[in-house]
Amino acid sequence: MSDQNTEALEPITGIEVPVYLDYNFTAGRATARFLTGVKNGKLLGQRCPSCRNVYIPPRGCCAACGVATEEEVELSNKATVESFTIVHIPIPGNPIKPPYVIANLVPDGANISFLHVLSECKNEDVRIGMRVEALWKDASEWDYAMENIQYFRPIDEPDMEVEEIGRLKDA
Amino acid sequence: MSASAEVLSQAFTLGYTYTRSTGPVVGRFLTALRDRKIVGIKGSDGKVIVPPMEWDPVTAEALSDFVDLPDTGVVKSWAWVKHPRGKHPLDKPFAWAQIQFDGADIPMIHCVDAGDESAMKAGMRVKVRWAEETIGSINDIACFDPA
Repeated sequence: MSDQNTEALEPITGIEVPVYLDYNFTAGRATARFLTGVKNGKLLGQRCPSCRNVYIPPRGCCAACGVATEEEVELSNKATVESFTIVHIPIPGNPIKPPYVIANLVPDGANISFLHVLSECKNEDVRIGMRVEALWKDASEWDYAMENIQYFRPIDEPDMEVEEIGRLKDA
Repeated sequence: MSASAEVLSQAFTLGYTYTRSTGPVVGRFLTALRDRKIVGIKGSDGKVIVPPMEWDPVTAEALSDFVDLPDTGVVKSWAWVKHPRGKHPLDKPFAWAQIQFDGADIPMIHCVDAGDESAMKAGMRVKVRWAEETIGSINDIACFDPA
């Protein structure tokens, strides 16, 4: 449209109508503490005083029990693939070239998963129960962001049984 | 880490980068705007509608009877914006107005750069101020000036 330079202009058949919603996002106390941990190279969850579930990222309360969560739990860099998807369609603004794997990962010591990228493996080898670990960027690049973890990569450990994923042994 | 750790905050923009197909009727309206012309469409009851509609509001039949109109009209009603926001079309106080083009029967919403609220009144005459560069967008009408 606007970048057309031809003498005889074509009739208009389409328009660009982007909608941009400008937010000032405030993380809140629990997420701010989590992100401060991430900035220092640590994954910090919170344990519910009632059901003992460990949440990451913590939201400051247990959605199941409806009580505040205070106890902080430092989680391992190791995690288990709970589910995954192979992304084939490029997403505007995303620097990762498809196809790549996005996985729900349950870190050891937690009951719920978060999303991150899997790499250093063939996409078709990724499976539920696969054991992986976080590859952190150099500490000089750490910020208040999950991108401090470049990606997760497979480790040489036996797969976890599907029934065991997200079940805490010491809970 | 303590409970008094700072609360983090940052700007965040959520963008939906929509593109829309205009269809032949709205496409013709936008193409006319690019040529700095106003085009409406005549309904089954003889009323001229701007921007043109694809289907008749009474019979639901497809419409195709395009009508060329001048770039002048009348303010039917208006609301003054004292404090324009970033995404408003003007960066100074202005009026949103229902503007009925001369020769049209249905008003259309656009903005009027009247300078001051006291210059606005229903029935006032206005004229299109065209954008410096027209691209086939409703923003090709930069605003309306009192005429």
